[in-house]
Amino acid sequence: MAALPPYAGPLERSWYYGFRVLCGLIFLFLIMPILVIVPLSFNAEPYFTFNESMLRLEPEAYSLRWYEDIFNNPQWVHSIKNSFIVAIFSTLLATFLGTLAALGLSRAYMPYRTAVMGVLISPMIVPLIITAAGMYFFYSKIGLAQTYLGLILAHTALGTPFVVITVTATLVGFDHSLTRASASLGADPTRTFFKVIVPLILPGVISGALFAFITSFDEVVVVLFLAGFEQRTIPRQMWAGIREQISPTILAVATLLITFSIVLMSVLEGLRRRNERLRGIRST
Amino acid sequence: MAEITADQTVITTADGVPLKSRLAQAERRKKIAAFALVLPLLAFILITFIVPILDMTFRSVDNPVVAETLPRTLAALETWKFGEVPDEPVFAILAEEMVAGSKARTIGKVATRLNYEMPGSRSTITKTARRLKRIKQGPYKEAFLKIDKKWGDPDLWARLKQIGAPYTLSYYLAAVDMQYDAEGNIVSQPEDRQIYVPLFVRTLWVSLLITGLCLLLAYPIAYLMATLPTGISNLLMIMVLLPFWTSLLVRTTSWIVLLQTEGVLNDIAVWLGLIGDDNRLQMIYNMTGTVIAMVHILLPFMVLPLFSVMKTISPSYMRAARSLGATPPRAFWTVYFPQTVPGIGAGSILVFILAIGYYITPALVGGRTGQLISNFIAFHMQKSLNWGLAAALGGILLLGVLALYWLYNRIVGIDNMKLG
Repeated sequence: MAALPPYAGPLERSWYYGFRVLCGLIFLFLIMPILVIVPLSFNAEPYFTFNESMLRLEPEAYSLRWYEDIFNNPQWVHSIKNSFIVAIFSTLLATFLGTLAALGLSRAYMPYRTAVMGVLISPMIVPLIITAAGMYFFYSKIGLAQTYLGLILAHTALGTPFVVITVTATLVGFDHSLTRASASLGADPTRTFFKVIVPLILPGVISGALFAFITSFDEVVVVLFLAGFEQRTIPRQMWAGIREQISPTILAVATLLITFSIVLMSVLEGLRRRNERLRGIRST
Repeated sequence: MAEITADQTVITTADGVPLKSRLAQAERRKKIAAFALVLPLLAFILITFIVPILDMTFRSVDNPVVAETLPRTLAALETWKFGEVPDEPVFAILAEEMVAGSKARTIGKVATRLNYEMPGSRSTITKTARRLKRIKQGPYKEAFLKIDKKWGDPDLWARLKQIGAPYTLSYYLAAVDMQYDAEGNIVSQPEDRQIYVPLFVRTLWVSLLITGLCLLLAYPIAYLMATLPTGISNLLMIMVLLPFWTSLLVRTTSWIVLLQTEGVLNDIAVWLGLIGDDNRLQMIYNMTGTVIAMVHILLPFMVLPLFSVMKTISPSYMRAARSLGATPPRAFWTVYFPQTVPGIGAGSILVFILAIGYYITPALVGGRTGQLISNFIAFHMQKSLNWGLAAALGGILLLGVLALYWLYNRIVGIDNMKLG
């Protein structure tokens, strides 16, 4: 597929181009929904489709009014604040617990490795509606429903599998003679940990943290069941907006979220490259 | 040589302890150290996640309402035989407990519980409880029958006794469209109330369809990305990862904008003259909407494992097959395709697991016909408040997902799960 060989016949040639067109269409399917929403969020009219003046690129057809709407609406501002509070705290907790567990899981002497791993990854696999229902009953019983703490704990549980997976993946190629070398040069275990292990696993830790952050930031099912009005997050607010009456403000929020995810994705890609460079893997 | 006894061959350390037990000791210490690192997270997940789910599953068999509200009536019914209407003493006890129950506001729950098994009987209980407050003395049997003649129906008493058991399977039976009849035999629900088995079948079928469509769409682009030079394939990878990283609700919103009758795709089709302005296509708020949006959302989960498998396949295999005289389709089918099967397996199980429990997208774009099992669990949790049935439906779904998870672990291994 890399390049069309010069001896290719007409059938092969048409297949080659046909295949690329097909792939182009699939990529269009993937990316179109995200691209369409961005220009529509600048629509001056409260409609969800392109009108003629927008297509003629007239400046009057575009406006920032829906963006102003977000920041003039106390509910949206409050939910943005909530989303960051919950996501940041649950990310910190998930990263700490997950990294510690990954360090243990990667040791050769870890007993019941598969079973423990199975339990730790399960929050990612169990359907969210079941998780949410279970948490709703249990957290109500112990007085954590409709509190920030309850929501943070729930999101931490959902985020830890990502941290465990990414950090264990970083540790797979970890060369244990490095820690022995450090010890033989006189460093105590704490110093070895911070000077040798941490710099090497840091890319994995950060990308795990990003996954945990986006999991919490994007989560809505558990929020629906567990959060009160006071704890409404951005996705919860969007959910209400889509269900009740969809306004272009939602498109503006969506555009902001897309920008945000592009930033997160670039950070992650940068980390991946750094990780490869550190470990001496060169992409070919 | 044969005379050397076992204890002579034991190697000891300097202080006389057998080396073997020293080694075992050291190993045990290392095991404990490793486990100590995992323990905080394990405890955290157990308390915040596993216990709540077990607690919910327990709800699907837990049946305390009647046993707690009418304990003495149930005791009095101990000797009651099926097909009879009990005598005055039982009615007297029941009257007393019903009055107490309506004071404690638990009688409504009993009425609801009875109504699950015997539709239409809720009012019998609530009405009787209300009017009993004014009746100060017997004979109670007559008074009961005067309030509602259903009290003369032996079936009602059979049901009351049935739901008096502290644990029940009736929620699970309801979740598979079965029920107990008055005599306690397991029978199917009446035809018009059989909704859950078709719903499970529909959920399975839609998940399979979504998995199939994802595979169909993911295979070509994963192949293209795996065979193109790294620079271009990285660029294309961004187009896969961007949707993956974009909020679920954003993507669902986009599909509403694109697919609705006044939406972008319909507008384009009208503008191109493909369809008339007055018969725009209904592509959303039905099953079509659910399937399209879910394929889009789950597609990256199929592309990523396929891509990582295809990347390891050397192009020289295909070249070798061609040079040995295989036509391109044959070379692909007998040489390339079999090597991608692990990726297909990993991606398919992952997409299927995620699809089968999906809630948000069907709830927002599914309309009336595009609802899946998760939506009914949410309905019973939030609207009908039949938590036992919600827990039983959830229990069945959970069992299915855990079986698939086990399969995934066997085939792929959770350690090999890759992200991004």
